[in-house]
Amino acid sequence: MQLLYFGWVRQRIGMDKETIALPASVTDVRGLIGWLKSRDPRYQTALKDIASLRVAVNQELTDLDARVRDGDEVALFPPMTGG
Amino acid sequence: MPTIRVQQEDFDPGAELARLTAGKTDVGGLACFVGLVRDMAGPERIAAMTLEHYPGMTERAIEKMVAEACARWPLDDVTVIHRYGRLEPGDRIVLVATTSSHRDACLDSVHFLIDWLKTKAPFWKLEDTASGAKWVAAREEDDKAAERWTAG
Repeated sequence: MQLLYFGWVRQRIGMDKETIALPASVTDVRGLIGWLKSRDPRYQTALKDIASLRVAVNQELTDLDARVRDGDEVALFPPMTGG
Repeated sequence: MPTIRVQQEDFDPGAELARLTAGKTDVGGLACFVGLVRDMAGPERIAAMTLEHYPGMTERAIEKMVAEACARWPLDDVTVIHRYGRLEPGDRIVLVATTSSHRDACLDSVHFLIDWLKTKAPFWKLEDTASGAKWVAAREEDDKAAERWTAG
């Protein structure tokens, strides 16, 4: 699975993308975030405030309950500020 | 055919508007919004702003908004140009322009598109201020402005 990070999520994690092998136990975005937080304190800090995270799966904006599978492109980022 | 561009370079609003109506005699109205970088964010002076975006998703998200605008209003054509990278106060950030036979369709669709771009296009702004670099937080007013257009 390809993970992408933007804005302060990218800054706090310290990288803009990474490829991971998704554990079989992780089936949705919420589970993915929980698993990432258990890996390293940097994720714990960056992804602490789950309410202020936004997520896209395969470049479509979705929510924490969205299903994820190995091979997906998942992006985690702060609320968007375009225009 | 809508024009959607996500680019680092500046754009020429006059040339873009001229292109939308070139050779056409059936366009009754052209409406346009150009967003610029302000030199102040609340009490703080801004030296520059860096816009980050999600290449690929940005274009798709804007395409979806434009398709939604075309479904809601009888539009002849649409142009959306959004810049990314480092910008300074006074620089142009975004252009939204639509043409239609009727003024309400173009004025309302431009308002709709800029409201949705604020909250539904994957851009993030980092402001360079005297007290350091700061990520621009999403504003509740912008969410409310975007929600206004949600079909109820």
